Amino acid sequence: MASALAFFQNFPIELFIIQTLNGIVTGMILALIASGLTLIFGIMDVVNFAHGELFMLGAYVGVLVLSFTGSFWLALILASLIIGVFGAAMQVATLRPLIGRDPLTTILATFGMSLILQNYALWQFGPVARKINEPYTGSFHLFYLEYPWYRLMIAGLSATIIGGLWAFLKFGKYGIWIRATTQDRVMAQAMGIPVPWVYTAAFGIGAAMAAASGVLFGPLVGVNHTMGLDWVLKAFIVVVVGGMGNLGGSIAAAIFISLLEAYASIWVSPAQAVIVSFVVLILTLLFRPTGLFVPTPK
Amino acid sequence: MSAPNQAAAPLITVEDLHTYYGKSHILHGVSLTVGPGEVVGLMGRNGVGKSTTLKSIMGLVRARQGRVLLNGEPVTAQPAHKLANMGIAYVPEDRRVFRLLTVMENLRTGFDRPGVTEARKQELLDKVFAYFPVLGERRNQAGGTLSGGEQQMLAIARAMMLEPKIILLDEPTEGLMPRMVSQIHQIIDALHNEGVAILLVEQNVPLTLEASQRVYIMEKGTIRHQAASSDLKIDDPVIKQYLGV
Repeated sequence: MASALAFFQNFPIELFIIQTLNGIVTGMILALIASGLTLIFGIMDVVNFAHGELFMLGAYVGVLVLSFTGSFWLALILASLIIGVFGAAMQVATLRPLIGRDPLTTILATFGMSLILQNYALWQFGPVARKINEPYTGSFHLFYLEYPWYRLMIAGLSATIIGGLWAFLKFGKYGIWIRATTQDRVMAQAMGIPVPWVYTAAFGIGAAMAAASGVLFGPLVGVNHTMGLDWVLKAFIVVVVGGMGNLGGSIAAAIFISLLEAYASIWVSPAQAVIVSFVVLILTLLFRPTGLFVPTPK
Repeated sequence: MSAPNQAAAPLITVEDLHTYYGKSHILHGVSLTVGPGEVVGLMGRNGVGKSTTLKSIMGLVRARQGRVLLNGEPVTAQPAHKLANMGIAYVPEDRRVFRLLTVMENLRTGFDRPGVTEARKQELLDKVFAYFPVLGERRNQAGGTLSGGEQQMLAIARAMMLEPKIILLDEPTEGLMPRMVSQIHQIIDALHNEGVAILLVEQNVPLTLEASQRVYIMEKGTIRHQAASSDLKIDDPVIKQYLGV
């Protein structure tokens, strides 16, 4: 009883607020990566193990465009477009021939692509991390911290991109094609929807979103060939916890898990805080394997 | 009404179709024709391969042997989405409306094709909402929330959005109440009057004989009998032999 009282008396309210902000910022980045991953899984049952490498390559393309043009915004747009087209080409070359085969083959194919892309990046760019300068360096007072505005911009931009995806899926002609194919690919085909191309387009969109998050996140960590690994692991957790293929669920789960990790690192080291995500993952798989943020199945 | 249309060049010709599911041989050489604007019934007991015949024509199941011709052109190797755009529409047995898409979005999957003008889209919508007023009332409701009969209407309406030359209609009245069954009958007649051909798989013998001009009767994966519908009676020995229990 006394210790509980002590806990509340010593509760670091300022740190708590800062960590809430941090959790939301990482949560939005994670949501941006995970929504591409869940879009791809939902429509073609492919778990894209190369998603982290698309994120990493996006950041590298961002570095290159930035060094040529000096414009962060151009880097963001061009990286998304180039990696989007690259992702679509990758789908045509490696996944389209596997349609209708054992899902295991798609895991091997995307895992193989991930190794190739990672080592290509190491060979091409070397082991030293590159830097993307943030487009806006201002900051504001938050208790005892100078909190960079750019972090809030990341959250806002991620939310804008995800909102754009949502509007496209909801109202766009091709968005309806994607949703119809996700629900019933055989019937979609019988309605004249070119399902193989819908797969390719969805993969390209997922890749472009991964690239956008790579460029957005680059200024915070530095760009190197393994930067995709941590993120894609977390994105997988988010996709499972949010309900495989469920876009809204993934976004909610990304923010939920990032907040939990941020709060946990008030009391333990950030490296240990990662354990929280795995605990959530295991509990979800044990008690609600269809995902936390999906309506209860009828 | 138009007499059996066999003299004219057939719209759909199926020649010696053999289809397998894994190792089981389902269709043992099915051959049939459907003329332009003709309603043709395909009857037989459960499991004789009626639905598989429709799926094979639509390209949803690959036939291992035999061919399908549309207006004399072989289309056997075409993917389903190309066949849909060439004028073959498919209404499956279990309806398969897109459950999370609204009624309107379900219909849009059919008319969002290249070359369909906004005015034409509106005409198509007006037409199906006139046939099925309930779909107009529920246009913003998710397909999965409709009743069985309404889902069947939506499945047919969605197929009509393709402006097809032929609709492959699989057991449209299964599990529907009598009032709905007569409504389905009316819509078949209406489509026939518009010149849309229908290949109708149906267990309801009176309905099939009334709505169609010709019937084929299947047994064990092949066509055993064909006749003009007007030549068959409900208690015909042929019907008893192949459909009676």
